[in-house]
Amino acid sequence: MAGKTLYDKLWDDHLVKQRDDGSALIYIDRQLLHEVTSPQAFEGLRLAGRKPWRIDANIATPDHNVPTTDRDRGVEGIVDPVSRIQVETLDKNCDEFGILEFKIKDQRQGIVHVIGPEQGATLPGMSIVCGDSHTSTHGAFGCLAHGIGTSEVEHVLATQCLVQKKMKNMLVKVNGKLGPGVTGKDVVLAIIGKIGTAGGTGHAIEFGGEAIQGLSMEGRMTICNMSIEAGARVGMVAVDDTTIEYVRNRPFGPKGEQWDAAVDYWRTLHSDSDAVFDKVVELEGSEIQPQVSWGTSPEMVAGIDGKVPDPEQEADPIKREGIVRALKYMGLQPNMAITDIKLDRVFIGSCTNSRIEDLREAAAVVKGRKVSPILKQAMVVPGSGLVKIQAEQEGLDKIFIEAGLEWRDPGCSMCLAMNADKLGQGEHCASTSNRNFEGRQGFGGRTHLVSPAMAAAAAVTGHFVDVRELMN
Amino acid sequence: MRAFTQHQGVVAPMDRSNVDTDMIIPKQFLKSIKRTGFGPNLFDELRYTDEGKPDQDCSSRPINPDFVLNQDRYKNASVLLARRNFGCGSSREHAPWALEDFGFRVIIAPSFADIFYNNCFKNGLLPIVLPEDIVDRLFQEVDQAEGYQLAVDLEAKTVTTPSGDTFTFEVDDFRRHCLLNGLDDIGVTLEDAELITAYEESRRKTAPWLFGAGS
Ligand code: SF4
Repeated sequence: MAGKTLYDKLWDDHLVKQRDDGSALIYIDRQLLHEVTSPQAFEGLRLAGRKPWRIDANIATPDHNVPTTDRDRGVEGIVDPVSRIQVETLDKNCDEFGILEFKIKDQRQGIVHVIGPEQGATLPGMSIVCGDSHTSTHGAFGCLAHGIGTSEVEHVLATQCLVQKKMKNMLVKVNGKLGPGVTGKDVVLAIIGKIGTAGGTGHAIEFGGEAIQGLSMEGRMTICNMSIEAGARVGMVAVDDTTIEYVRNRPFGPKGEQWDAAVDYWRTLHSDSDAVFDKVVELEGSEIQPQVSWGTSPEMVAGIDGKVPDPEQEADPIKREGIVRALKYMGLQPNMAITDIKLDRVFIGSCTNSRIEDLREAAAVVKGRKVSPILKQAMVVPGSGLVKIQAEQEGLDKIFIEAGLEWRDPGCSMCLAMNADKLGQGEHCASTSNRNFEGRQGFGGRTHLVSPAMAAAAAVTGHFVDVRELMN
Repeated sequence: MRAFTQHQGVVAPMDRSNVDTDMIIPKQFLKSIKRTGFGPNLFDELRYTDEGKPDQDCSSRPINPDFVLNQDRYKNASVLLARRNFGCGSSREHAPWALEDFGFRVIIAPSFADIFYNNCFKNGLLPIVLPEDIVDRLFQEVDQAEGYQLAVDLEAKTVTTPSGDTFTFEVDDFRRHCLLNGLDDIGVTLEDAELITAYEESRRKTAPWLFGAGS
């Protein structure tokens, strides 16, 4: 019999019941909650007279609606009353059910997908869910992490299980080494550009190969984060020394003897050498250029030395129509150079790229330079209160501020513009977030997805530029 | 949950691929803490020409006359015909809530994004995958005949056109069973409470570090 994939192992370890009809009950070790997708779940529990199955499996924080300025005022500082009610509702629900919440004024507050790993609430081998599609982020730790809908949030609260059908196994292998200035973000954008936004649908993707093994945990999280943009609900990386060192001494992680037992188990969390995948895609790391998205879907990307495509060259009529529509929305001409795209704003943040390493990479580029006067705004939004504190200890905040970038408080911010941070109509933004859909960052806004280093390079030049030119 | 057995209704064509959940229901409407009332904001940025705000009366907003759901012949549609990878993007269940609130009961497409597909079943909405050539043909037929309707039978797993052509589709037995009977799947899972407890007890022994952290 063939060996098991990492996904097979995680699945088997969490299987409570395999039903005859192909569905299964999977036990959930951790649920992360935030204010947008949980209120209706708590309400559903109450209406049905049910109680949470296991309180200590849940951790909550508000992130989508929180303002990134004026945070001393706490919930009172949320100007939009509808947003405020949502955050207050989370507070009330967590208080009522006794769920641990990092509230808006807690320095541990942040984007759910940043705080889980930071606290050690995300550990290798866990099954993790959250009412947010970017829960795949946690797969970087060798976890089985699913984004789920609100009915499923309620289901997990009530039963500690998720109803799932086993997905297919897919391996995305990035061979060789990445060039200088090429980051996890560029790798994942290149992958999505290659396999498309539905390329991973129905599959659990494992990212492997030398280039992935060479990445830090931050880089791996960035890649797993965007699995969903490739259509895969689950993305994973095998556990290795890098994983174990990152997890060591985290507040919620195991200590003493339990640590040793845990590490023994974690060391088994990789695909067996004879495991068989249903689908395998390979990329050469050395061929990946810094990437920029030009369209309204994350698969619409090009290398920095590339051009905006010409719909006339596309044979598939549905894709051609998609390109025409995207170019119209984005206000771009076919065949124009990516480096000719002019910008209005720069956003460095989101659960994809707001960790300490992301901020270090961006700071290294802007250091000693100034934000281009062409821009209306360039902002940096750290992923959590603790990331913010660490960045300040390292003096990154000063580098950003001296260069003319705004240094904000943690939250989702302009990734989806549910708070006050948004694009104006027609404005182009170099953004380190994960989605460039129409209107995502504000009504009529135009998003270009890039790495933190590329966003920083765009900030100091006012247009896209190959960050490697600024690194010499 | 509302049961779904059979349905016949007017078909509206949404002729673009990769329709994402931000498009189905933009983020400003996710601030609601309710499950209902999202219908007027379904496809908000395509449907109206101004920027929509939560809690606003949509009846006096400027509409985009070209948008399919604003055309008289599709106003009462309950079957949405769509293209590849419908519902991609976020996990927001507000997307099926908005489609259902508008009056849709069925969505037909060559493929769906996983989370969206799954969320539909929890809300009495039936997503049906049909091969691309059949979807192409349905688009043509809808375009040619005003008031074009399709009949869907979940028991038999069929879609039938006005001319009597019938196509079968696949759907998981568990999901079909829950939808046919309007079952609350939490109730179904809790029938296995003992199994869950037994699993949990063994896990507490083999991986004790997973317990007690969040309280
Ligand atoms: S940062 Fe963006 S993608 Fe991540 S959880 Fe927040 S809104 Fe979602």
